Amino acid sequence: MKKTFKLDELDCANCGAKMEAAVKKIDGVTGCTVSFMTQKITIEADDDCFDDVVKQAVKVCRKIEPDCEIIVK
Amino acid sequence: MKRKQKKVLVRIIVSAVLLVFAKIFCPDEWWAAFVYAVPYLVIGYDVIFKAVRNIANGQVFDENFLMVIATVGAFATGEYTEAAAVMLFYQTGELFQSVAVGRSRKSISELMDIRPDYANIERDGKLEQVDPDEIAVGDEIIIKPGEKIPLDGIVLEGRSAADTSALTGESLPREIDAGDDVVSGCINLTGVLRVRVTKPFGESTVSKILELTENAASQKAKTENFITRFARYYTPAVVFAALALAVIPPLIAGGGWMTWIHRALIFLVISCPCALVISVPLSFFGGIGGAGRQGILVKGGSCFESLAKTDTVVFDKTGTLTKGVFNVTAVHPESISEQRLTELAAYAESSSTHPIAAALRDACNTQIDRSRITSCEEIAGRGVRAVIDGEEVCAGNGKLMDDIGVSWHPCHHVGTTVHIAVNGVYAGHLVISDEVKETSAAAIAELGRIGVKKTVMLTGDADAVGKDAAKKLGIGEVYTELLPADKVEKVEGLLNAEQGGVLAFVGDGINDAPVLARADIGIAMGAMGSDAAIEAADVVLMDDDPAKLAKAILTARRTLRIVYENIVFALGVKALVLILGALGFASMWAAVFADVGVSVIAILNAMRALKVKN
Repeated sequence: MKKTFKLDELDCANCGAKMEAAVKKIDGVTGCTVSFMTQKITIEADDDCFDDVVKQAVKVCRKIEPDCEIIVK
Repeated sequence: MKRKQKKVLVRIIVSAVLLVFAKIFCPDEWWAAFVYAVPYLVIGYDVIFKAVRNIANGQVFDENFLMVIATVGAFATGEYTEAAAVMLFYQTGELFQSVAVGRSRKSISELMDIRPDYANIERDGKLEQVDPDEIAVGDEIIIKPGEKIPLDGIVLEGRSAADTSALTGESLPREIDAGDDVVSGCINLTGVLRVRVTKPFGESTVSKILELTENAASQKAKTENFITRFARYYTPAVVFAALALAVIPPLIAGGGWMTWIHRALIFLVISCPCALVISVPLSFFGGIGGAGRQGILVKGGSCFESLAKTDTVVFDKTGTLTKGVFNVTAVHPESISEQRLTELAAYAESSSTHPIAAALRDACNTQIDRSRITSCEEIAGRGVRAVIDGEEVCAGNGKLMDDIGVSWHPCHHVGTTVHIAVNGVYAGHLVISDEVKETSAAAIAELGRIGVKKTVMLTGDADAVGKDAAKKLGIGEVYTELLPADKVEKVEGLLNAEQGGVLAFVGDGINDAPVLARADIGIAMGAMGSDAAIEAADVVLMDDDPAKLAKAILTARRTLRIVYENIVFALGVKALVLILGALGFASMWAAVFADVGVSVIAILNAMRALKVKN
């Protein structure tokens, strides 16, 4: 499954790149891109653990840049 | 400016004023450090807070942390003014950067904002504005002048002109009449239109394009990936270099610790890779926006990289270089008038649905009066035999003429020839062909001018027709009588023959999706509404004009040039300041410039990619 989320207050391009690298390391993630320009993160992961992956991604990103938040609809 | 940015601005002003006062009134005593700490903390408290928090989260090479070390280090070495001023500069630069990025984000997204906000629907005799998503296929909507066309549909009533520039970049409005199809995303200009919706919002052109442009930024270019990877090593490398600079020279030279530590602190300020990481995607994003403004949709930064290097362009003929519409291009009567010949041909072919028959009927302007036709018989692979006004008319190819024993001669015009015989006597012939687009020849000449080495044409048409078109257009290589599968094979052959260059295939998207996907870069043309083409292609030219091709290549090259400029500039300035800093020629001020100043300049440069040159 592939889903795109909005990133609120992504102010630093390098942080975006760091988030992308960190999310890719989460188990079950098959792909991730952070677009600094559109302020969006796209996560691709296996269907059965997708919700879990998103939760972990939110946590990981908060660690990297606490000001920036993944908005999970 | 956002509220957060305004708050930073106020802090910058307060801190600057305090710093100036401290500089003027504060004597050079031991307690001066505490005086300078006030403006420093006013401007830098959040940086310190973030640094501590990020260290707790295990982010060692965090820019906030590095800034804090650099400035606290400056305090420790007795450079109070510098410490406060550097923090001040850093925050000012960050503010500039955030405003500039916000502005460019906004201007690019405004440019691509073709999303309709509402649709007017008639309910109980009153017009209501509803979300376009709520409209179903078959509903009738009203579009007033000045409004965006919200969904694809067919015009039931009304006449107007539509501004298609948001989709095609074409500034000339398109005439709309009852019975015409309208495409969502255009703006209705002059009259009120009643439109029956043919596609739900999610499948309408406007949604397709929005989806495409929104995803464009996630297809990252090689340069962008390179820069993010580079950034990952850059910061630790500079930090370790700083450490080495602080320790090794004084150990060797014995002493001078303060000088070398100060120089090392300069390194820390420059170690943030933000200028690089920001400017590359921003340039590509600007380029995508600028191309979009010209009616060229590019699916991502990586497409720009291939497009810029294109040296072979392979065209599909029908619909790409030609209009894809059959027209009578020559009328050669033998014994009767031109008009009479056209009329006979139209009458004879009046019951056929073949595109050629349609072209003949179009050529004859008068309404067909069916009562004049007493019999009509189709002869497969030959033509038709009909009795019109009591005369026996045969219309068809050379074989038909041979069958009925009429002597005929071939035409010097290239195309499909329809011979006409009346009562067994040869009356002449008409030539039907697909017209070449007005701009095709100029477009191909332009490609040559900008350095495309080879142009090739592929067509399923007859050999003579294909070769003639290629000659007229100035295309070097032509392959004719190809089936769709043969086209893939031909393109693969050309790809193998290709050495290092990039092969682009241009098609109209109808049954050439596999070829579009196979080429290094697939360009679909005139794709307003053609889903398969939008899916398979890397670049979509929104209108039918082949002249857009050269523009697309030039835009790609320009965007890439800006990307390289930014990389070289940012890396160059940083390297220069690092060297000067190590040698003791650069101050911490220069270092702040190399960090945030360069970012701002790179952002401004990236915005040039958005501009469209005509």
